[in-house]
Amino acid sequence: MSAHAVAVKAASKVFNQGKSNEVHALDEIDLTVEDGEFITLIGPSGCGKSTLLRLIAALTEPTGGEVEVKGKSAEQARLDQDYGMAFQRAGLFDWRTVSKNIELPLELMGWSRGDRVRRAGEMLELVKLPEFGGHHPSELSGGMQQRVAIARSLAFSPSLLLMDEPFGALDEMTREHMQDELLRIWSETHTTVVFVTHSIPEAAYLSSRVVVMSPRPGRIATIVDVDLGDRSDDTREDPAFFEKVTEVREALRAVESA
Amino acid sequence: MTQILGRLRRSTAPVIAGVVIVVGWELALLILNPGGFVLPPPSDIIGAVFENWSEVFDAARNTGFIIVTGLVVGVLVGVAAALLVTRFRLANEVITPLAVSLNAVPIIALAPIFNAWFGLLSPRSNQAIVVVLVFFPIFINTAKGLTQVEPSQIELMESYAAGKWTITREVRIPNAMPFFFTALKLSTSLAVIAAIVAEYFGGRQDALGPLITQSAGLTRYADAWAAVLAGTVIGGMLYVLTGALERVAMPWHTSMRADQQSN
Repeated sequence: MSAHAVAVKAASKVFNQGKSNEVHALDEIDLTVEDGEFITLIGPSGCGKSTLLRLIAALTEPTGGEVEVKGKSAEQARLDQDYGMAFQRAGLFDWRTVSKNIELPLELMGWSRGDRVRRAGEMLELVKLPEFGGHHPSELSGGMQQRVAIARSLAFSPSLLLMDEPFGALDEMTREHMQDELLRIWSETHTTVVFVTHSIPEAAYLSSRVVVMSPRPGRIATIVDVDLGDRSDDTREDPAFFEKVTEVREALRAVESA
Repeated sequence: MTQILGRLRRSTAPVIAGVVIVVGWELALLILNPGGFVLPPPSDIIGAVFENWSEVFDAARNTGFIIVTGLVVGVLVGVAAALLVTRFRLANEVITPLAVSLNAVPIIALAPIFNAWFGLLSPRSNQAIVVVLVFFPIFINTAKGLTQVEPSQIELMESYAAGKWTITREVRIPNAMPFFFTALKLSTSLAVIAAIVAEYFGGRQDALGPLITQSAGLTRYADAWAAVLAGTVIGGMLYVLTGALERVAMPWHTSMRADQQSN
């Protein structure tokens, strides 16, 4: 298929349109994401990065323009379950065991019980928590819960993964570890990722492209291409990495002072 | 081993406390001797239970029937209303203000009026009081549990293209369970109070309410206390049953798991 993974065409989002508290969250956004890309959206609060992610997920509708996912409307892609999603809060269901949480999307898709159990086991291997399937989420640490949430979002092998600050609530060490895990999973599963963050090093470390956004109204200020090759712990201390961090930081500064 | 000891300690401690209170009560009355009309000693109350066993048992059974039926209907109506209100906006706009104004009515004060509606000696009026009294806490708490869901959990379900009913079944109802059981525990004691007080004003005469008023009127205080004891036993049984239901219905609940781990 030659269609882009995501194509956002002149999409706008106005909240409370026509009222005194009208907010232009997004203004004529154009963005295409190719298959297999890792894109991060970064910008000051109020720049609409989370809103843009929700437009792609069809959890909210654009007030202007259009959003296509896999060559069809974003709403159709949502109904076809073409993407997986992970949020800042792991959002696991306490009443389900870890395995059952991962199985939830599969249940909704009508997978047989045997297939579900097998896949949940595979996903737990992937996020390195194979012995925790029978536990309840409240027995896990924050980082482990977030890994389960990522396993859940990947369980039905979506070719597109939408992530809204999934590591935002984690401490720095856990966060770096999770970033490496995510990159490993990304390279193993050939998934396209759109990732919202407010951390500059995170954006530079993870992405193939960093989309820097400006607030009021939300626009794309600039896009920074990152080509650091395969990431490893050495990458975090590589001058080329720091150059990219600086480039993103300066783009953000320009946005803030504008 | 420590687990068993811990469980034993938790179950025996209140029993020992209860025994101490009853023995202290008995001894204090022996020493102070204020006269049986103020407070009969526990031995007299137990004695009255056995002496009038068939009368107390029948009264407890009749009142128990009113409590349980009223509780079941009140809970069903309360849960149904909560589901309607959280599912349909129109139902919310109609039912919620009605329920809130109903809560402002001193329900128990309606007992004589309900007697006029259902007949002075009909247990229906007593059941109606229990139903109305139980409805509100169940309705409000269940509705709260159905709506106070983490927004990202709803978005997650929507990202799976789940419909409203699936979201209700998979997210809202399990989320509401702790709220519901808190309200149910509150409702069991409310139901016992409501039934007995409603019986003071009418309904069957072979029930705990009339047994209390008539015995007290005849200065047979030990018999009145025996009836109160029967009501207490019903309340206690319902509370224990609710706790057991809770454990079956939500084995995941943190407070219980924390409970087990601390042993």
